[in-house]
Amino acid sequence: MSQSTQIKADWVPKGDLQEVKDPEWLFHEAPRETEFITGSEAAREAIRRANVDIAISYPITPQSETMQQAGYLYDEGYIKDYYRGEEEIGVMSAIGGASRAGVRALTATAGPGLMRGMEAISSWPGARTPLVLMNMCRVINTPLAIQPDNIEISFLLNTGILHAHAENQQDFFDYTLAAFMVSEEVDVTLPAVVSVDGFFVTHARGQVSMFSQDYKLPPRDGWRNAVPSMDNENPPARISRDSPIQKSNFISYHMHASWQQEVFAAVERSAKYWRKYLGDLIEVINPDAEIFVVSSGACVSQAREAVRQEGEAGRKVGLIKIKTIRPWPKVEILAALKNAKKILVPEFNQAGWLHKELCSTLYGLITAEIIAGPRVYGGMSMPTEIILEWLAKARK
Amino acid sequence: MLDVKRYNVRMAGLGGQGVVTASHILSNAVVISKGFSSLVPFFGSEKRNAPVESYVRISNEVIYEIGEIVYPNVLMIFSEQVITLGKSYTMPFYTGLKDSGVVLINNTKPIKFVPDETRELKEKGARIYYIPATQIANEVAKTELATNMCMCGAIAAILGMPDTDSLKASVKDRFIGKGIVVSGGTAALDSVIEKKFAKKAKLLQANTDALMAAYQYAVDHKWGVHAESEEKTVAV
Repeated sequence: MSQSTQIKADWVPKGDLQEVKDPEWLFHEAPRETEFITGSEAAREAIRRANVDIAISYPITPQSETMQQAGYLYDEGYIKDYYRGEEEIGVMSAIGGASRAGVRALTATAGPGLMRGMEAISSWPGARTPLVLMNMCRVINTPLAIQPDNIEISFLLNTGILHAHAENQQDFFDYTLAAFMVSEEVDVTLPAVVSVDGFFVTHARGQVSMFSQDYKLPPRDGWRNAVPSMDNENPPARISRDSPIQKSNFISYHMHASWQQEVFAAVERSAKYWRKYLGDLIEVINPDAEIFVVSSGACVSQAREAVRQEGEAGRKVGLIKIKTIRPWPKVEILAALKNAKKILVPEFNQAGWLHKELCSTLYGLITAEIIAGPRVYGGMSMPTEIILEWLAKARK
Repeated sequence: MLDVKRYNVRMAGLGGQGVVTASHILSNAVVISKGFSSLVPFFGSEKRNAPVESYVRISNEVIYEIGEIVYPNVLMIFSEQVITLGKSYTMPFYTGLKDSGVVLINNTKPIKFVPDETRELKEKGARIYYIPATQIANEVAKTELATNMCMCGAIAAILGMPDTDSLKASVKDRFIGKGIVVSGGTAALDSVIEKKFAKKAKLLQANTDALMAAYQYAVDHKWGVHAESEEKTVAV
């Protein structure tokens, strides 16, 4: 398919026919049309409009459909370069290299693939490589399963990577586009992960409102980086063997520590840019409630239904949706929960990483009981009935 | 106006029967009729005759929930093997079924359940309907591949949603698709599409006929909303 189209002399890449628009206009003002599509298709439509220079793929369920769709986008000329890597260490290393070259880079993976690529992935933030990784959450532990369980997010929390957690197909479209813009801001210059719970969102259809595909984001300006792209043949911090820059032929702990501090400061600085595109980093429903449900990702949808059913029964339950896990919206969360008496934290994983994050934010600052659950894992979706049951228990 | 707020439908069948397609057709039809719907399929390695489940939520109100339906109020069983051979991810097949739930089974005659199953289904007040969907598909569309269409037609008649026009539009979306409308292509390309279109139009007609035949079957048997006496609703 691609051979015949790409070699034609008069072939014009469709991406070249798109018009670059101001991203804020695209997010907030551009007319939008709604389509009923799967999460993978929503991802494709985001990629189509993201002015991507290079995408590197490696298949893994439930991510494969998305990067297969990205292949079609390459064929049509919406992505300038695209190939399938050998496996995830290779893919994650290569995409980091692509970003260092100064182009807009995209990849995607899921659960076990993320784990395999983890060495390379965790080297991205320190190398200050803006890029976007779409992560379709999937069980990683043995016994093998392919259903969504978002424990993998806990492995990324302390890497210095920006991380947004999409609730539904609409979020997957919006967050992905926002992620490119935020990650490439000069005082951010960091990779971004957009996670979504696999299958429940990727393989399910939902309403997605999108601006026209005739528009695209502005291209990446390769020179707008916090630091020069780190070229390992000419590394910026390996010019001197003297203390305090170097210790033996490795970087000294002074340098490494300050480098890390700067990475994590950049994560915090990114908040203002996320807000520019996504509004507040949390969404609050029933702010004056005494009992709250705090959640992220697809679990928020289940919590919405629980809150709706409680409302029908005449009981007010609050809901907080956390859009970005990194930066962690500490101040907003604290403000929203200052009068809460009980807080439920439903999650799609065994570890309860969201509960732990919340506890460290709220410890000593509010008096509410922070209930560790309910949790489902191994790929089960959270039945609304379980949240309702836990709410009833919490009220007693 | 529907007084029932939402139906949570769990479909179970065998790989190759079009269970996932059926869920898309039903879901899409509800959206076409200005309702709300979400769905998610569940299957292991994609192979014929292996268990397949698909979960569809349909409602005349906004739907927030997603993912697997653990507590359905509607079950659609595409093959008796789901029950008799246990070809299912959910055993027994009615696990989690809410009280007064609807069970639509593709079979020519009632299935003989084991005593415990009979008792539990009775306790739940399950309303079980048997439709010879494969038989109707063979007779009307001349292929058992239209079994899934018959299941969609019958459940729509039982639930009173989606309406038949939306169902037909949804089947059309499946076979003709929005994207195949000719858009400035060359003449050669047009003729290829036309040829394909003619074949697809034929397929579409056969599938629509099967769907409508099953719909009529359910109406004739006075199932669900077509019952003479007021049947209890199965709202969540």
